[in-house]
Amino acid sequence: MQTTESRPVRFALTALTLAFLGVFLVVPLAAVFWEALSKGWDLYAAALVEYEAWQAIKLTLIAAAIAVPLNLVFGVAAAWAIARFDFRGKSLLTTLIDLPFSVSPVVAGLMYVLLFGVNSAIGGWLAAHDIQIIFAVPGIVLATVFVTFPFVARELIPLMQAQGQEEEQAALVLGASGWQTFWRVTLPNVKWGLLYGVILTNARAMGEFGAVSVVSGHIRGETNTIPLHVEILYNEYNFVGAFACASILALLALVTLAVKTYVEWRIERQHTASLIRTQQAREALA
Amino acid sequence: MKKLAVRTLAAVLLSVPALPALADVTLLNVSYDVMRDFYKDYNPAFQKHWKGKTGEAVTIQQSHGGSSKQAMSVVGGLQGDVITMNQAPDINILAERGALVPKDWSKRLANDSVPFTSSTVFLVRKGNPKGIRDWKDLAKPGVQVIVPNPKTSGNGRYSYLAAYGWALKQPGGNDASARAFVGKLFGNAPVLDTGGRAATTTFMQRQIGDVLITFENEAEMVAREFGRGTFEVVYPSLTVSAENPVAVVDKVVDKKGTRKQAEAYLAYLWSPEGQTIAAQNYLRPQDKQVAAKFSAQFPPIKAFRVVDVFGSWDKVMKTHFADGGVFDQIYLKK
Amino acid sequence: MNLIAKRYSVLPGFGLSLGYALFWLGLIVLLPFAALALTASTLGWTAFIEQVSAPRVLASLQLSFGAALIAAAVNALMGFLVAWVLVRYTFPGKRFVDALIDLPFALPTAVAGIALTTIYAPNGWLGRYLEPLGVKVAFTPLGIVVALIFVSLPFVVRTVQPVLEDLEKELEEAATCLGADRWQIFRRVIFPAVLPALLTGSAMAFARATGEFGSVIFIAGNIPLVSEIAPLIIISKLEQFDVAGATAVAVVMLALSFFVLFLINLLQWWTARRHGMK
Repeated sequence: MQTTESRPVRFALTALTLAFLGVFLVVPLAAVFWEALSKGWDLYAAALVEYEAWQAIKLTLIAAAIAVPLNLVFGVAAAWAIARFDFRGKSLLTTLIDLPFSVSPVVAGLMYVLLFGVNSAIGGWLAAHDIQIIFAVPGIVLATVFVTFPFVARELIPLMQAQGQEEEQAALVLGASGWQTFWRVTLPNVKWGLLYGVILTNARAMGEFGAVSVVSGHIRGETNTIPLHVEILYNEYNFVGAFACASILALLALVTLAVKTYVEWRIERQHTASLIRTQQAREALA
Repeated sequence: MKKLAVRTLAAVLLSVPALPALADVTLLNVSYDVMRDFYKDYNPAFQKHWKGKTGEAVTIQQSHGGSSKQAMSVVGGLQGDVITMNQAPDINILAERGALVPKDWSKRLANDSVPFTSSTVFLVRKGNPKGIRDWKDLAKPGVQVIVPNPKTSGNGRYSYLAAYGWALKQPGGNDASARAFVGKLFGNAPVLDTGGRAATTTFMQRQIGDVLITFENEAEMVAREFGRGTFEVVYPSLTVSAENPVAVVDKVVDKKGTRKQAEAYLAYLWSPEGQTIAAQNYLRPQDKQVAAKFSAQFPPIKAFRVVDVFGSWDKVMKTHFADGGVFDQIYLKK
Repeated sequence: MNLIAKRYSVLPGFGLSLGYALFWLGLIVLLPFAALALTASTLGWTAFIEQVSAPRVLASLQLSFGAALIAAAVNALMGFLVAWVLVRYTFPGKRFVDALIDLPFALPTAVAGIALTTIYAPNGWLGRYLEPLGVKVAFTPLGIVVALIFVSLPFVVRTVQPVLEDLEKELEEAATCLGADRWQIFRRVIFPAVLPALLTGSAMAFARATGEFGSVIFIAGNIPLVSEIAPLIIISKLEQFDVAGATAVAVVMLALSFFVLFLINLLQWWTARRHGMK
């Protein structure tokens, strides 16, 4: 049965795809590493051991470490509510969860400055109590949470909808408590999808530039993340340093993507395994 | 889950609010983009001076960004003890919104609180192939001019004002002829980068354009970073004096109790040491003696002050750079 | 009035999960939006209209949304092709290519912008070959499109890919038996099945591209009325300390984004309904 294209067509389409991805993905990635190493390994290494670069890397990791769990908990709660129950205003809620995807990062940062800046009601109260949110680490964390807000929920909702709730209902009927059902049934079922969401959240959290730039205050060695540090170095004509730090982010991205590929491979295997199990169960019944 | 969430939230909000106080005193200098190099040299000098005088160790933190953006951050609550900007409106805004400094802040220090100045000059390709000598050459057809966006960059604003002021002072020059001139000049700009440094990168790294308009001290930075043989500096017949005002942010220093150190930090800019460091960074010092010592690197120029030609900065911003102002008209008329 | 009515379900935790989701949504998303709307409202209606209908603002909105539309269209076509090749064909290094698709999500946008400018500047890797052909990419609207294609590339691929994977081979086999050629099968069988996902992916790519700033700013050229994007207008208004004016433009961008996203969700609803009817 011929359900695929002829060899030349296949070849041409594959070549076209690879050419497109080559120009739009591989070349920019290569450019980052090429520029970073253009003056040799010594300068590359020197750019990375600099005190301020380290501070930036630390801050980036801290911001991601706080933002990711927060969005993880939110994503699971939102997915549970949306995928397991019917209620009015559901599609509005889904749209609102998606909104941070399409808000310009600059606007996102601006919103937090308006909300927590000293001229607002909240900001005035915070200032009177000596709590600094904006232009300090909490502001950076908030901006990061905002831009990565939808990832986990978006990943989980379709997955949980597709899986249905029969297994959970069965667990409840068999006498499990709500929490037991969640930990023993729901979570194992969605764990790889959850991990994929977390990975994307993490990648985006570490790379965010626009929103963080607005709320950071740009205090050197204090409130600069890696993307902001890259900008500073670039503005100092330190192209090697800028691209070296950028390459660290690119490497983090690549590691993240490698983990993601592994995760997907696991999901596939899990999927196949469950298919086989179902098949075996059917055969046993017959 | 709710309890956990509340706890996490509380932990996040409470654990990181205050900036850590490392040394006895920490000063935050909120500055603009291209002042990094100067303060990199100046801060250690002041720290040594202050330690010798009072025995107190001062930590100085630096924050850099676009001048106006930085000013807005201070208005929004960035706890800067001192603010060192590249134009007076960026400190005036602190007086207007939130009364962070008194209205007459500029009178508190010598020279209208301007410790050093720079001037707008041209960088041209080696050998000056297009024969660029003065402003009029920039408006010629076929000359590509690289200049930062006056809407987003102080450097771009001074460039624009220098060109406008030059055109005003030409025989028979008036507002109409000056507008026509800057219109032609910006018509020759293929790129309007958002900042001075980005414009330099476009000119030097991407090799776009025949002439770059930038500050004299930036030209020196270009020489240090890209090599001296690759370009030439051209001084126009008339240019603007770019004034970099500084001020103590009263509201912040009074809250933090750092007024004494902050005032000393700025006052030291006028000391012979501070002025020398400025001159070494190719910023024209106010101190006559230091200026004389470095006269070799500062060719005499004819430069006007913005307030002398345009009245007040307030008027400049409203007439020229506000939305729908003269700068916008350049593009709308086309 | 009871806006949120729960339908009967044996599962527990509705109140807790929805309550927490709404609380977090309110804190992170809605509260800041309120601050934005409040600031914009200080302008008053006439001033608001005046702000957002200024020629530079209109031109920038047109550019941001126009370039995003072109980028989304390119990604719809090429993203579909990429998904097709990744699902249907095998070639060496396929896993690596597949992993690379998400790169634009992870690479900081400013780095992407600098890298793209390095490549497409007239003396850059590709720019030097394009320049003699009369094709200028960096510092033109074309550069903006290139940057937007980069940042929104993963969306179409990642929404179409699972649908193509789930597509039942039996349908194609049946069509082949009935004498249809490959092109007919593609047009009549495959394309209609993939269309909803393709639309969803393109719409998300479009929404993401409209607000993009970091990667565009380096390559755009930023000439007023020609290559000045809407987020840059917001920045330059802030530079003039015109916070209310900046929020006015931001509100318009947000309203447009919300509209596009709402369309996406309608599309998803439509897809689900069609799926249900099968």
